[in-house]
Formats: sequence, structure tokens, C-alpha cells
Amino acid sequence: MDTPFAITLPVGTSRANHTGSWRVERPVYVDRLPPCNNACPAGENIQGWLYAAESGDYESAWRTLIEDNPLPAIMGRVCFHPCETTCNRVRVDEAVGINAVERFLGDTAIAHGWSLPGPGADTGTHVLVVGSGPAGLSATYHLRRLGHRVTLVDGAAQLGGMMRYGIPAYRLPRAVLDAEIARIIDLGVEVKLNHRVDDVEAERVEGHFDAVFLAVGAQIGRRVSVPAGDSSRIIDAVNFLHAVADDDPPLLGRRVVVYGGGDTAFDAARTAKRLGATDAVIVYRRNREKMPASAEEFEQALGEGVTMRWLSTVSSFEGDRLMVEKMALNADGFPEPTGEFEELDADALLLALGQDTDLSLLEGHPEVTIDHGVVQVAPSMMTGLAGVFAGGDATPADRTATVAVGHGKRAARGIDDYLNGRKTILPPKHDLAAFENLNTWYYADAPRTRRPELEKVRRQGTFDEVIQGLTEENALFEARRCMSCGNCFECDNCFGVCPDNAVVKLENNRYEFNYDFCKGCAICVAECPCGAIQMVPEKI
Amino acid sequence: MTRRPIRFYQVGSFAVGNRLLEDEERTVQSDAKRTNSIDSGHRACQGCGEALGARYALDAAMRATNGQLAVVNATGCLEVFSTPYPETSWRIAWLHSLFGNAPAVATGVAAAMRVKGRDVRVIGQAGDGGTVDIGFGALSGMFERNDDVLFICYDNEGYMNTGVQRSAATPPAARTATTEVVGPHPGNVFGQGKDLPRIAMAHDVSYVATATVADLHDLEAKVDKAMSLHGARYLHILVPCPLGWGSASSDTIHLARLAAESGLFPVFEAEHGVVTSVTPIRRRVRVEEYLRRQKRYAHLFATEPATDVIARLQAMADANVARYHLVNDETANSDLEA
Ligand SMILES: Cc1cc2nc3c(=O)[nH]c(=O)nc-3n(C[C@H](O)[C@H](O)[C@H](O)COP(=O)(O)OP(=O)(O)OC[C@H]3O[C@@H](n4cnc5c(N)ncnc54)[C@H](O)[C@@H]3O)c2cc1C
Ligand SMILES: Cc1ncc(C[n+]2csc(CCOP(=O)(O)OP(=O)(O)O)c2C)c(N)n1
Ligand code: SF4
Ligand code: SF4
Ligand SMILES: [Mg+2]
Repeated sequence: MDTPFAITLPVGTSRANHTGSWRVERPVYVDRLPPCNNACPAGENIQGWLYAAESGDYESAWRTLIEDNPLPAIMGRVCFHPCETTCNRVRVDEAVGINAVERFLGDTAIAHGWSLPGPGADTGTHVLVVGSGPAGLSATYHLRRLGHRVTLVDGAAQLGGMMRYGIPAYRLPRAVLDAEIARIIDLGVEVKLNHRVDDVEAERVEGHFDAVFLAVGAQIGRRVSVPAGDSSRIIDAVNFLHAVADDDPPLLGRRVVVYGGGDTAFDAARTAKRLGATDAVIVYRRNREKMPASAEEFEQALGEGVTMRWLSTVSSFEGDRLMVEKMALNADGFPEPTGEFEELDADALLLALGQDTDLSLLEGHPEVTIDHGVVQVAPSMMTGLAGVFAGGDATPADRTATVAVGHGKRAARGIDDYLNGRKTILPPKHDLAAFENLNTWYYADAPRTRRPELEKVRRQGTFDEVIQGLTEENALFEARRCMSCGNCFECDNCFGVCPDNAVVKLENNRYEFNYDFCKGCAICVAECPCGAIQMVPEKI
Repeated sequence: MTRRPIRFYQVGSFAVGNRLLEDEERTVQSDAKRTNSIDSGHRACQGCGEALGARYALDAAMRATNGQLAVVNATGCLEVFSTPYPETSWRIAWLHSLFGNAPAVATGVAAAMRVKGRDVRVIGQAGDGGTVDIGFGALSGMFERNDDVLFICYDNEGYMNTGVQRSAATPPAARTATTEVVGPHPGNVFGQGKDLPRIAMAHDVSYVATATVADLHDLEAKVDKAMSLHGARYLHILVPCPLGWGSASSDTIHLARLAAESGLFPVFEAEHGVVTSVTPIRRRVRVEEYLRRQKRYAHLFATEPATDVIARLQAMADANVARYHLVNDETANSDLEA
């Protein structure tokens, strides 16, 4: 061998020895589905937008977010955030405050006037969207992006559905609602307000629409028969909230009883308090554990002086005497009457016992299946009537604004498939990024940032927003708590920990395995914080 | 303290790199242009902690010395797996002589560089056998003369290259080929062996530190610190050996972490015989969690667990925690800066 003085073995010679041949398993980079993404009813790429937010690039974070959901400032306020319940960080310290960061991004976008991506190239097709709640707005946005013309009609005087006529302003300021709706309408949408559709088919034929999306929600407050005197004031909570939203609140008096245990009951009670009620009492049949209202609403309502009567039903309302019967849970957990009664003083009774859907506009179409008061739909969101799609509260699913947004997106894609003569195929889901896939050693302990609450005094009589937003610093901190479950976030661990230098760091900060030398030890898999590497057997 | 305060709440200060950190706050290992002192194609076992530890330490030393570095290696796995004639994995100036004389050869190289007026720094390195046993006389002399050498021991707790025999660094109760579990003998005996970091401190050298392959930031900071000083210095790095320990190849770093987090392997640094900082335990674990993952301790977890032996090992860990103050109340439950 011809080597310089004192050099017996030339540099680089070991590379002739391809130790990769020892391997029986090989590591591969994977993108696993983060549990937050999996749980988001709107199908947001949460991990993806938090990743962008982590670097302080809020605009690209927002742009990633609105790929799926055009209403982040609204969602950041009203969504019940099932993402946080499933967040893997729960098992490290506390869930990432996804919802708070979402709101921060939404508010930042409004403050900077960022606009939605423009409409797609005109397809020449025209879609009718009935109902301008979150389902209708989301479908409108996604349809416009796909290049379809949209006419959006609503029987109400203003756009927004229950986001305007149900959810009170102290939880969702109207300026925020208006800003996010306007951005969608700016994509070029024909809007017809005060336009109630009574017969879908007639409307479709008359307007030469190629497809229809029904997003009519559930507008009718459910009633129970409460024996009542003529003078007793009994009002549906939804009608009450609608009237308040129209700035025409009915007179309730000082002592208000709300009957029900959902979010509507709490919104009604908290609204009544703000309108001057001294007592706002919620009467609910079952107990705290069984109550459907969100824990946050409940805590905030109690903080504002709303009181609870658990395990009670309203049996009569005469004059200002309201009679409640005490209930007891039987062995199956169902409330049963006890025959024990109590009297409450009440000036008004608000009924918040759930809502029904008015589907009369679909009458005369036997091919449409209506079950339990809602329209049945295929995975594409198409009803039994070809070209007529439905979503949101009018279809079987959890009744939340976020589910409605997800339906709107799904329906837009279903409509696009339908108009293009394609069969709808839902994309396959990646494997879940389970907690067991993570190596949490690498994540620094960092408890969660809380959104400040308006001091109680200020929310008694006003409709000012209760929950305040995060500061930029807090939002950044919160975004950085995300563990990027199942998706590489460029921590260089694999590149660093390989004893065989078999990981190559590429220009774009991503990595590649050099299988000539990878012996298959799987240290990279064990030490990848976020579980973005998987061992797969070699074909031998 | 060698550990930098936590900067980013994601992984900034624990992982190898982080796209959000400035380059100078990342480790040498995160640099695509690191030296790769020991190249691919070496014949170390799958998941060898020694190959990893050597690259970690030497790449850091190469950065610290701007590439002006010569390394003298004793016989042992690191030498055998890296240089089977006619191949070498070394991308740095490296030489091998014998099993027992690496400290003395390193002294000679340092003297030669001085005579030639060249500013080349010298590292001597060996396995635990080469350091605490056969090379010990030469090393003690090197310390005593305060020769300008950093000596690094890659401690895998046994003579691994020749088939896993006991060394004076093999922990009590571990099974090796020469401490088989037979009759009343539960593997290696208690009460023997040498604690070389403390012996080095007793020589009053300028710098003594311990580290593991589980904490790269800490390890690199110690190499930097060592290279900023002159005279005899000593770095003792725990490098798990899947073959000799009977552990999964994927567990190498995890085991090093558990060794430190249990207290069995205290991570600290000392100057002139005085401990100046310790790396506090972040999530303390019981020794079982560490022992259970290694077949060399399998006999402790047979149908009848050897609770008395495990308790003695736990007592050793507890004694380290007390001696080095490894549990710091302020850091125990939070990584955040105050
Ligand atoms: C008081 C209250 C509080 C709530 N709070 C929350 C919350 O905090 N978070 C959350 O996620 N969800 C909340 N919800 C539920 C959420 O508002 C609904 O699930 C969501 O609005 C349903 O969206 P949608 O688009 O299906 O229907 P809607 O929002 O109800 O919109 C339907 C629209 O269709 C119009 N329409 C109906 N029929 C016709 C017709 N024949 N012709 C023309 N237009 C028609 C209506 O005028 C309405 O504007 C709340 C609901 C209520 C009532
Ligand atoms: C004088 C001498 N005796 C014995 C050997 C055989 N031998 C080679 S490597 C080795 C063990 C090395 O153990 P250690 O220093 O701990 O390094 P490891 O292989 O564990 O990394 C032995 C005994 C030798 N090369 N020279
Ligand atoms: S840590 Fe991040 S990616 Fe993982 S579940 Fe929580 S928000 Fe999603
Ligand atoms: S025997 Fe141990 S030290 Fe030697 S190459 Fe294998 S894993 Fe590394
Ligand atoms: Mg050894």
C-alpha cells in the first residue's frame, strides 16, 4: 500500500465494509397520525400548524390550519376541543392548550387582515347551500376553493346560524364572527338572507343548481308539557337566545329557572344573569356526572353565581310558584321520581331540553331516510336524493360547531366527486401516534399556560368576552409544548445517536438512512422523541 | 454547572439538536459537518455504546482543538473493531500500541509535539480493562507527572473484546464469563473493584469528570472543559455494551440513562480533587428498572428474586445519591428556569 509516512491504513477504508448486511430489520421514517389530529372533528392538522407556530411563523401556522377549517378565531373560542382530551401530553404533565393557540392564530389573522386562499378555477357548476351555520359556511369555503359557484341562502336575517343566534356574545364576540364570515363571502359567494327554503327539489330546479348542501341545523326547541297558569312565562331557551342576539330580549323578571343540563341551559342562565336576573337556577334531572354540558361552561356559570338543582324535574308552574320533584337514580343510573316536591319562586321558566330539526323541505322524497329526526347520509354526506347532501346538526353526529365544520368540508369533497362523476373514497388513515411510541425523556417539563378569565365583577352585567386570549409569548410557549407526536420535528436525535453514522442529514433538515451501514440496532427508534421511526423486517 | 439552562420547552436542551436553536447551542453531533472521527463500516456490534461514546467525545475534542488532535488507543473493542487490517474507521490521527501502555504512549506523543513546537493536543483512550486494570500503572504515572493528556475511559464494565470477562470496573452481582452464577456466588462479588474517577481525583489532577452516552450536551460540555485545560485530565464515560450486558441493542442509551437516573452511575465533575458540579437526577428510578433489562443480572430476577442482592445494589445507588447530592429539590420536579 502506498500511504504517507506513518500512515499505515488509509482514511475511509472501512467504508468498504458494508455492515448493513448484518441487519434483519430496517428503520424507516413514518408519519403517524397524532391523536389530536385524529380527534379533531374538523380534521385539522393540529400537529402541523403547531409545528409552524413553534417557530413563530404564525401566518404559515394559520394557513395550515385553514386548509381544513376557515373559522379558527371562532373555533378557538367555542370548540369543546376533544383534541386536548386525547393529547399525549396529558400523560406527561397537562394537555397542550391547542384551543388557546388556535384562537391566538385566528385573532392574529383578523388583526393582520390575512385573507383566505382565493377561489379555484371556475368549474362552471353551481351549488346551493341552505343554511349559513358552521356547516354551510365551511361547505361554501371548500366549494369555492374547488372552483364551484355557490349560492348561500338562509331564512334568518344574518349569517352564522347558531353561532350568532345561539352562542352568546360573551363567549363569541360578534366582531370575530363577522370577520371570519366576511372572509368566506369575499371569495365570491351569492348570499340570500331572509330566504327560507320550503322545498329543496323545487328550489334546485328553479335555480338550475347542480347540487345542494343542506345545513339547516336544529332550530326547534324541544317542549315538555308543564302544567302552567296563564300568567306564567315559559320560553324556549333557543328562542330566548335568538331574541337576545336580535337585541330584543324578552322581559324575564328577577328569578329565572332554566330547565335542562346542556350547554344551551348554561348559556341561557348566564345570559339571564347578564340581563339583570338576581337568581338563575338550573334544574336538571340527573347529576353532575351525567350532565352533557362542558366542564368549562359549568365552572364559569358557577363563578357567575348560577346555581344548580340536581336530580330534579319541573312538575308545574303556577303564578310565580314553580314546583320541582326530586329524583333518585336507579340501579341503571336513570332518574326516577321520588314523590318528594319542593317549591321555587320564579318569574320565568326557560326550557333548554334540546332541539329538533325541521326537515319539511325534504318532504315527498321517500328515497331520503329520516331516522330519529335527522337525515341519514352516506360517507360522502349525500342523502338518499342524488345530488342533495346534508351535514351539521341536521344529520346524525355530535351537535357541535366543529363537527359541522368537518361535515361541511367532507360534503364539499363529496359534492366535488359527485359533480366529477367520481366515487368518494375516504383517504386511509395513518397509524396512530400512541403515547407508547414516544420517548418523553426529551421533553422538558412545562405546565400549561392558562387563558386569563375576566374578573367576575365585570361579567355580571355585560356581554364582554369572558375568556381572554393568549399573549404572543404565551402562545409561543404553548405551541412549543407540543411533542409533535408521530411526525419528525428535526431534533437531530436519530442523526446523533446512530453508532454507525448511518443517518444522513439532508439539506432540508430532514434525514435519510444509509442502509449500506445501518446494522439495524434500532437506537434511533428508541431515542426518537416523537415516534417518527419504525422498524420493519427485512426481506431475507 | 456544565448543563445549560432549558431554553425551549420542546426538546431544545435534551435532544441532539432542535431546529429552533441557534447552531452554537446545538451539540457537535447535530452538525452535518461533524468530524465523524470513527467512520461507518466499523465492526462494533449492533448498538455498541463504545463506538457511540468515542464518536461523541472525539468529535467534540476535534471541534475544541480545531482538528489539532492525536489519539492513542489501547487494545480493546474500540481498537479491534475499528482497525482490522487493511481497513480503518478513523478519520483522525490515531495510533495503537499495546493493551497496557496507552497512557505512557500518549505521554510520549505529547512530549514529541512539545519538542517539535506543534500545538497538537493529545488524548489517550482505553476500555475499562485497559484503564483500571492493565493500564493503571501507566495511567497513575501519567497523572502523577501531570502530563498534558486527556485520558478517556470507555467503561463498559468488563473485558468485552475477549468474551466478557470481569474487570475491576465490573459491578457487583453482574454475571461475566469469569463470574458465573454458580452455587452461592451471585455473579461478581461485592466489596471489590476500583472507582477510578475517585482514584484520579486523589492524584489531584486538574480535571476529572464522568459522563454517559445518554446525556450528550453534558458529555460535550465536559470534553470542551477538559480541552480548555492543560496537564493530566480524566474523563470516564459509561458506554453500555449490548453483548456483554445482555441487553437489547436499542436499549444502549436508555440503559445509560437509567444507570444515571438510578444513582448507580453518578455524573459529576471535579477540579483538583474537589467535586465542582453534579448532574442532578431528573426522574429517579429504582435500581430494578435498570437491572431488569440486562441478562447479566437475570439471576436476580429468577422465580425467587434475589431481593437481598437487589437491596445491596440499591444501597450503593443511595450512597452515591448522598455522596454526590444527586437529588436536588429545586430541579427534581421542573426543568424550567426559575
Ligand atoms: C345555545 C347554544 C350554544 C352552543 N354552544 C356551542 C359551543 O360552545 N360549541 C360548539 O361547538 N357548539 C355549540 N353549539 C352547537 C352548535 O352551535 C351547532 O352544533 C352548530 O351551529 C350546528 O351547525 P349547523 O351549520 O348544522 O346549523 P346551524 O348553526 O343551526 O345553522 C343552520 C342555519 O340554517 C338556517 N335554516 C334552517 N332551516 C332553513 C330553511 N328551511 N331555509 C333556509 N335556512 C334555513 C337557519 O336559519 C340557520 O342559520 C351550541 C348550540 C346552542 C343552541
Ligand atoms: C497484554 C495483553 N493481555 C491481554 C490481551 C487480550 N485482550 C485484548 S482486548 C482485551 C480486553 C479489553 O477490555 P477493555 O479494556 O475493557 O475494553 P473493551 O473491549 O471492553 O472495550 C484483552 C484482555 C492483550 N491484547 N494484551
Ligand atoms: S402533544 Fe402535540 S401532536 Fe401530540 S397530541 Fe398533543 S397537541 Fe397533538
Ligand atoms: S462487545 Fe460490546 S463494546 Fe465490544 S463492540 Fe460489541 S457492543 Fe461494543
Ligand atoms: Mg471494557
